[in-house]
Amino acid sequence: MIWETVRLALLALKRNKLRSGLTVLGVVIGVAAVIAMVTVGQGSSRAVSSSVASLGTNVLALRPGSQQMGPGGSGSARSFNLRDVAALRELSVITAVAPTVNSSQTIVAGSANMTTSVTGSTSDWLLVGNWTLLKGRTFSDSEDRSGAAVCIVGETVRRTLFGNADPIGLQMRVGSVSCEVIGLLAAKGAGTFGQDQDDLVLMPVRTVQRRLRGSDDVNSITLALSDQVSNDRGIREVEALMRIRRRIATGERDDFSVMDMAQIGSVLSGINSVLTGLLSSVAAVSLLVGGIGIMNIMLVSVTERTREIGIRLAVGAEGRQVLTQFLVEAVVLSLVGGIVGIVVGLALAFIASIFMAIPFAPQLVVVVLAFGFSALIGVIFGFFPARKAARLDPIEALRHE
Amino acid sequence: MAPPLIQLDKVTRVYGSGETEVRALDGVDLTIERGEFVAIMGPSGSGKSTAMNTIGLLDRPSSGRFLFNGVEVQDLDRDRRALLRRNFLGFVFQGFNLLPRTSALENVELPLIYKGEPRALREAKARAVLEKVGLKGRENHDSTQLSGGQQQRVAIARALVGNPMIILADEPTGNLDSQRSHEIMQLLQGLNREEGITIVMVTHEDDIAAYAGRLIVFTDGRITRDGPVRERTGA
Repeated sequence: MIWETVRLALLALKRNKLRSGLTVLGVVIGVAAVIAMVTVGQGSSRAVSSSVASLGTNVLALRPGSQQMGPGGSGSARSFNLRDVAALRELSVITAVAPTVNSSQTIVAGSANMTTSVTGSTSDWLLVGNWTLLKGRTFSDSEDRSGAAVCIVGETVRRTLFGNADPIGLQMRVGSVSCEVIGLLAAKGAGTFGQDQDDLVLMPVRTVQRRLRGSDDVNSITLALSDQVSNDRGIREVEALMRIRRRIATGERDDFSVMDMAQIGSVLSGINSVLTGLLSSVAAVSLLVGGIGIMNIMLVSVTERTREIGIRLAVGAEGRQVLTQFLVEAVVLSLVGGIVGIVVGLALAFIASIFMAIPFAPQLVVVVLAFGFSALIGVIFGFFPARKAARLDPIEALRHE
Repeated sequence: MAPPLIQLDKVTRVYGSGETEVRALDGVDLTIERGEFVAIMGPSGSGKSTAMNTIGLLDRPSSGRFLFNGVEVQDLDRDRRALLRRNFLGFVFQGFNLLPRTSALENVELPLIYKGEPRALREAKARAVLEKVGLKGRENHDSTQLSGGQQQRVAIARALVGNPMIILADEPTGNLDSQRSHEIMQLLQGLNREEGITIVMVTHEDDIAAYAGRLIVFTDGRITRDGPVRERTGA
């Protein structure tokens, strides 16, 4: 009997293909959005973990602002300066210290130009960031100290400005500073959040401070610990030094944060899951709207098919049988929407994973949940119209024009 | 002796209440025996449609008794009346009332679907009755591909397929031209004479009523004439 009812429902839906299709579309969009969001979210959180792991376990990040504010949440907290960097370098547990000064600049070489992020740092920056030089050399000590007009470029910058030419020894203008390209970084590809990591120019920290930013501030400092030292001990020593240098009284909270990569990873995946959650709830709302669409269409359908319902009742359909028929129609609509939505959602997530260079991470449990949820939507939003149909008076229904 | 098929005992049907009260049926006594062909006539608002709906178990009397095949049915609920309709009654309506965009065969199968009969059996029965009403070869046509007379034949086949004790026809020729009307009436008359199927028919045309054996006239909710059909048409 249930198969018979499903067959009848399919026939009824087939009779109004366009309307059924549009109704299904609402559910398709909802389910596809949820599936795509969750799948992409999973993929990017895996990408975060693996990219954090690739940075090495003995690297610490020192940023202004307390840890509760999250990374980059520097707010009004004091920046660092190069004296901090020099002091950190004196610590025995530290093997490399890379200050970072960021500045967005327009770069011109010949007729080509682009806007990119310019990072001021030292040769240590390559070490702590796991970068390798494809060509050329890094900054010499004297270039570091004097703030020479030299730069190392990423692959994207090279391609945009110089094409396939060897950039070493060529000149380009960064903001108002004319500088010589001395090195080319090996390409890394897309980063954790899909950003192009190769779209950057590295210059000596003093060059950026004096000539591009006009301030002595250092935005953040990345440190590499000696292999013999645990991360905990490294963090404690850096914290102790920075509290003294920043004159933070005992009992007061740090106005900076030191995190190892595991902590950064957990903060990033925290952000990631909040984002995924938010986007998924927006997607879930569209699923709800899809459900209301089903109810709306089923109500219209009941009104439009009043006479048909009258015929069915007259030839001996029980209320329950009419109810089942309309309920099954609603569930079939929402399930078809659910299945198509799952396929579309996974396809979108797959495409997104290619563009964002993150792993494609479909999850069976999400797919099963989406399927079950769309069936549930059919039952919930189909029930009211179905009951309305089942309660029609056959005489009135037959007279209905 | 078997009880009469239909027996109405002082049946009234009242719509509304107070000043707007309408007594559609006002103490109707009516007995219809097995194998009769009854025509019901009367002006609109006379109660003939209400009587038809009551006999067809679509409506319920406000008071009085209704015995169907000797069993009291006036107090049955919706679903029990639906069960009786599907097992013992067949309906033919004025507007044909076929399901749109549905083949003749599927329309005829409809009552059997609700009976829960297996598909192969349904299809065989439906094909057989379609042949009986002269629609062999048109099983897969839908209502847009059938003429009015053919649509009404499908409706008659649908009424017949459940092997009913009685067929209720509400102005079965109301939407047909004269020639088609007579063809349909000959079909119904044949079913009554050759297969002994009881037929109750509402009509407002004398020449259509003439096919019946007995004529009942309703006026203001009461039966004002009840007798053999020839007494009137032959006069």
